[in-house]
Amino acid sequence: MADATRDIENLIELMAKLPGLGPRSARRAVLHMIKKRGLLMTPLADAMHIVAATARECLNCGNIGTSDVCDICTSEKRATGELCVVEDVADLWAMERGASFAGRYHVLGGTLSALDSMGPDELRIPKLVDRVKTEGITEVILALNATVDGQTTAHYIAEQLEGLGVSVTSLAQGVPIGGELDYLDDGTITAALRARKSF
Amino acid sequence: MEWRDQGALLSVRRHGETSAIIEVFTPQHGRHAGVVRGGTSRKIAPILQPGAQLDLTWRARLDEHMGSFTVEPIRSRAASVMGDRLSLAGLNAVTAMLLFTLPEREAHPALYARSITMLDLLGHADAWPLAYLRWEVALLEEMGFGLDLTRCAVTGSRDDLAYVSPRTGRAVSAEGAGEWADKLLPLPMCLLGQGPVEADEIRDGLRTTGHFLGQWLAPSLGNKPLPEARQRLIDLLDRHF
Repeated sequence: MADATRDIENLIELMAKLPGLGPRSARRAVLHMIKKRGLLMTPLADAMHIVAATARECLNCGNIGTSDVCDICTSEKRATGELCVVEDVADLWAMERGASFAGRYHVLGGTLSALDSMGPDELRIPKLVDRVKTEGITEVILALNATVDGQTTAHYIAEQLEGLGVSVTSLAQGVPIGGELDYLDDGTITAALRARKSF
Repeated sequence: MEWRDQGALLSVRRHGETSAIIEVFTPQHGRHAGVVRGGTSRKIAPILQPGAQLDLTWRARLDEHMGSFTVEPIRSRAASVMGDRLSLAGLNAVTAMLLFTLPEREAHPALYARSITMLDLLGHADAWPLAYLRWEVALLEEMGFGLDLTRCAVTGSRDDLAYVSPRTGRAVSAEGAGEWADKLLPLPMCLLGQGPVEADEIRDGLRTTGHFLGQWLAPSLGNKPLPEARQRLIDLLDRHF
């Protein structure tokens, strides 16, 4: 019994390390899973076991999949000539949620940052240049965060792609859907005003 | 312990899931770090971009604690430079050099004033490269490695100054340099407040300040290499001019 309690405590400690969970919420989650053992806990454990064994980084784009080259990179339908550059896999998933981009992706794995010792060599920028040269890319869309590090990285990539005959674009910056001007920071309002369009 | 001051944001690091550790440069308290609770939230994260001018309240139980900041935005500088790669490189260079150079919690009001002027000029493409060069000279001076550009170290003349001695940081005239001219660093006229500002002069000036930053200042700070952001700015200036 004591061993069983220790195992459960161990599970709670591991769950508490997940983003968004603390010790109390981890305890509630574990208790919920134990109560729904057949419905939730066993399938979850099986799914985690499978993903732990198969999940890997796509050798081409840096996305996470279960094979060496991810589904997006192997899909012929996604070979539109457009390549969307994102900072992280979470950003790729966010773009896919929108279901408005039909091309392929390239995950950098971070942004240039002197504080974190992230230079161009630590990112997947050389691989990006290589892909642009070999995959018939016509447009590179820089979907990087509107932060100083994100935009520094975007400018650096744009420089690296100069002379390769590819169009380089970036996401627009401005008022978000449902956003109220009163609550926006002055930087966003400035960017939105600069990017205004005829109505 | 509590104080209130204004300051320019130098860096932001994520701390846990919701907070951020920021470093700011303030006139009264110098370079100062602290935690911003909720600093990664959608509301506060856009405010916490390097270069931003903030109204800061710092609180801690003891003075030696890191403490926490409450921040209010005064103005954002990142938004006005993000679209221009050269200005963005300038912003990165200024914040990186301040982080590299400044000791913690030591007031440098004169350098603060120069730095704020420099940051405010970043949107003005024709003015800020020279301002940056002069800011580096001021940075050296503030850190105790000032250059003496008033008169020739050899002849004592105030005219025809054309070089800087890499050993002493003193100006040398063309006449005083003689056969040693090729071993001296260039002294661009724009640093003396004379003549038009040419791109070559900015480059020459940065080569000269770079020498003293690397040979004098860096060894005094533990011999760390100068921030890459500075070299990136110089590379961009080379390409643009």
